Parts: sequence; structure tokens; C-alpha cells
Amino acid sequence: MTGVLAIDPLLFGELKWMPLVIVALKVLVIFVVGLVGTMFMVWFERKVIAGMQNRIGPNKAGPFGILQTLADGVKLFFKEDLLPDRADRFVFRLAPFLAFVPAFLVWAVLPLGGDYRDGNRGLVEWFGHATRVQLADPPVGILLVLALSSIAVYGIMLAGWSSGSKYPLLGAVRATAQMVSYEAALGLSLAAVLLTSGSLSTVGIVGTQDSLSNWNVVATGVVPFVIFVIAATAELNRPPFDLVEAEQELVGGFNTEYSSLRFALFFLAEFMNTITMSGVIVTLFLGGPQPLAIGDWTADIPLVGNGLEGTIWFLLKLLLFLYIYVWFRATLPRLRYDQLMDLGWKVLIPISLGWFLLLAALRLGRDEDWNVWLVAGVSVAGLLVAAVVMFGAMKVSGRNRQQGAVY
Amino acid sequence: MIAQAAADSINVAQNVGFGIIAAGMIFAALCVVTTSNVVHAALWLVLVLAGVAAQYILAAAEFVAVSQVLVYVGAVMVLFLFGIMLTRAQIGPEKGLNNRGWAAGIPVAVVLLGLLSWAILDAFEDTTLPDRGPTTTSRISDDVLHPYLVPFLAISFILLAAAIGAMVLARKD
Repeated sequence: MTGVLAIDPLLFGELKWMPLVIVALKVLVIFVVGLVGTMFMVWFERKVIAGMQNRIGPNKAGPFGILQTLADGVKLFFKEDLLPDRADRFVFRLAPFLAFVPAFLVWAVLPLGGDYRDGNRGLVEWFGHATRVQLADPPVGILLVLALSSIAVYGIMLAGWSSGSKYPLLGAVRATAQMVSYEAALGLSLAAVLLTSGSLSTVGIVGTQDSLSNWNVVATGVVPFVIFVIAATAELNRPPFDLVEAEQELVGGFNTEYSSLRFALFFLAEFMNTITMSGVIVTLFLGGPQPLAIGDWTADIPLVGNGLEGTIWFLLKLLLFLYIYVWFRATLPRLRYDQLMDLGWKVLIPISLGWFLLLAALRLGRDEDWNVWLVAGVSVAGLLVAAVVMFGAMKVSGRNRQQGAVY
Repeated sequence: MIAQAAADSINVAQNVGFGIIAAGMIFAALCVVTTSNVVHAALWLVLVLAGVAAQYILAAAEFVAVSQVLVYVGAVMVLFLFGIMLTRAQIGPEKGLNNRGWAAGIPVAVVLLGLLSWAILDAFEDTTLPDRGPTTTSRISDDVLHPYLVPFLAISFILLAAAIGAMVLARKD
């Protein structure tokens, strides 16, 4: 049964103390770094947005205001914890945890470092034991990420419902519709990655991306990457998809009635989700801890061993995405609700499905030794026909709706 | 007894885990039908479905377990709750949730239980499952896309037809 829960070589064989301690250490490190990283993320976001808007941003607490989040957190701890009269008590208390815990759990399957060079499958040596810089590597790793992100919907939905007032409920209904809609596009663009990598485990996915041309962002032809980033932003309810908590319309959305520690949990979960989603994107499309390599040339960071270098690369790529998310927020205006749904259902899902089919056709053609150009030409022609039919159907249904006909 | 079971190459830990999870699932399932709050009923149902996923993991079927969470917990129940919120989002107990013929469900449930237990006991008797690793995803996909391709396509087609039918029905009124 060694392979059931993890194929980390650490966990093979008899149960001994040292591996147990290493696993406990990993859990602790992920937990602490996750929390501290979230604190840093809040500061980073406020500071960068301030820079983009010609303001100074937090600058009082600590050097460069870096302790501002800590101060805010302490303040929230000491606030009164309100529980609305009409709230459903148990669910109201449960909801923040349902939002917070999945955000943390995703970290368990992300490779946060390790040596992936020369077919070394991310193994490093710790205290004389070969292991991975990742908590668990289940064979269904990336599906676990999807499952957890679909559980996170419950936190927001139940928070809105159990508050017993209308703004949170409206926010929750919007959030659910949005997250369910974009999960489809997210899954379909993910399927393109799985097709190229041929593995569901995160180690396998990272392992195949050993040079820039093999990074999935290039190998799958950029389109799934763009769709994944858009859909992930929508899943995170971050601007420009933040209709869930649109301040101008819904006061605060699903968390209007929350205060004190419970609000802090939602706040933390939101920012932690941003970091985890960036981590997922890095793992799926940018090779995770793999160094930048073009052809035979590999960007080598001097003075650090290959194992630590993986972590540095991962963090660099992660920071890039965190910056991009802040940039989105500072730049893009919020979508209207109908635009949101149109984008999700009529643009992202058909394109990602079509692209997936195209990749599958090319893959089949390669395996069967067919002429590449012929396969590509036939598939593109087929997809164009499908697109024309679909847009025709949309046009007809749009015209019917305008004429007031019921279908 | 445990030593005897272990000697018969029965996996004791898994059986104990199965019992505990099954007891939790039965309790949650009873709560689904007895609670007087629709949203709470849906949440208890989420627990039951999550318990099924846990049982799959015990049976070393990881892929099925994750699919169970993705499909039932992540999609079906979210849509349930979404529907409840759009139509009747009141907090607190409601009256008149029980169907008047609820007692008729009991014999049906008993017969179903008997049928399923008989089928399983008849098929497996007291064979113990071999202690093998988890079923890999690639083996499942090979099975679905080779020997079971036609049933798989047929089921997909039925689901598609049902979805389109639902849309047509919903749009007519």
C-alpha cells in the first residue's frame, strides 16, 4: 500500500521517526511561510497599487510599512465579534474556515523546490533521506487542486446565505454563478496541459518542462495559458472579476456581516488564494522549480546548490504572477455582469475546447506519423466550421430574444 | 478476533476505517431527511457524498475519489444550493417539507438494501481483495477508451440529451 497516498520516497518502507519528523517540519514550514507570505502579499499589493496611483501607500509601521498587515491583523483580533440576529449560527461560524482551509491545502501538492535537472525528479537529500520539497505527491495531484478550489466555493456561498441579509446573499449568488461558470474554462485549459505533459501528478507535470520550449506556456501554444490566467482571476474573485464584493453595489458582498477574526479569515483566504493560484499557474505553465533553459544553455544561479535553486526559481516566477495580479487590479475596470457571463460561456469555453481538440489532433497525428500540415489544416478547417455554426446559432438566438419570441 | 482476521489476510485497518466512515455517513443521511432546514439538508448530503469519496480512498481508488469530490461535492451540490438560494433562501426551520407519502419510501429503501447486499454478497462471497496498489489513472482511461468505449459514449450522449431536454423544457414556459 506504499503508493496509495504519496509516492515520495521518504514514505516508503517501515514507519520510522525521522521521516515523520521531516513531514511534520514540512507541514510547519508550509503553514508558517503561507501565513507570513500572505501578510507580505497584502503589503506588496497595497504598496504596488499605491505606486501605480502616485501615492505612497503604507509607510508608518516598520520599514517601508512592511508591518502594516500585522498591525491591521492585531486590530482585527481586538474588534468585537458580531453575530447577526437573523444569522444561521453554525453555518455562519463554519463558512470562514471553509474558505480558508482549502486555500492552505493546495500548497500540499505544489512542488516548491527541488532538483529537476538531468531527469532528477525533484529529489533532494534531507537528514540523510531522499525526499521532495513538497508535502505530498498523489498521482492525481492536479485534480486535487481543482477539487479543493471547488470546495472553496462553499465558504463564500454559505457565508452569504447564513448572514441572513440581502447584500451578502446577492454577493453569494453572484459568486457561485461566476465560479461555477469559470471552472469549466479552467478545467478545459488545464486539460490541454495534461495532454502535453501526460501526467496528473504535479511532479510529472514539472518534470516534462525541462527547457523553455517545453514549458507548457510554449508547448501548448499560449492560448490555454491566457485562458487559464483569466479563468483563475475569475475564480479568485479578483478585479476585474470582483462583482462578488462590488463595493459600490453590494456594500461588501458576501462578507458584509462579518467582523473581527472571522472577517480576517476571509481576508486572509482571499490573498492566500491569490498566492496559491499563482503557484498553480507557475507549476502548470512555467515549469515550477525548473530553471530557465534555452536549448543547451541553462540559467544557473551561482553559489547555491541545485536543490535550493529550485525554490529560488519558484519564488521568482511566483512573484512575477503576484505582480501581474496586482497590475490587473490597478488597470482593468470591473466587468458588467452580462459581459462576465458572455466572456465565460461564449468566448473562453469554446476557445479552450477548440484548442484542446486541435492539440489532441496534432498529438494523434504525431503518434501515427501523419503529415503535420495536413492534420493541422483539416482540424483548423473543422474548428472554423464549428465556430461559424456556433456564432450563427448565437446570432439567431440573440435576434429571437430581441423580437421577444420565446425560442 | 483481530489477530485471526489479520491472519486471514484481511486488512483490519481499512475495515475499521470503513466502519467509522460508514457510521458517519448513515448518521448524515438520516439528518438529510429529518432536518427541517433545506440548506442544512443539502449540507448533510455534502457530508454523505464526501464520505463516499473517503470510502473510495480506502479502496485505493484515488481517481474515482477525486472525481466524486469534483462532480458531486463541487458541482452537483453547489448547483443544489444555488437553486435553493435563488428560490427560497430563508433561514431557520420550515414547515411542510415532508411529502405526505414519506412512509412509502421505507419499504423501497429496505428492498433496495436487500437487493444490493444480496448482489454484492452473491458475487464476492468471502473472497478477500488482493493487496495491490491504487488503480492508476492511465489504466482507468485505457479501460474507458477501449473495452467500454461504446457504453461510455452512450452514457455521455444520454446525459447530453437530458441537459438539452432540460433547457428546452425550461425555456418553453
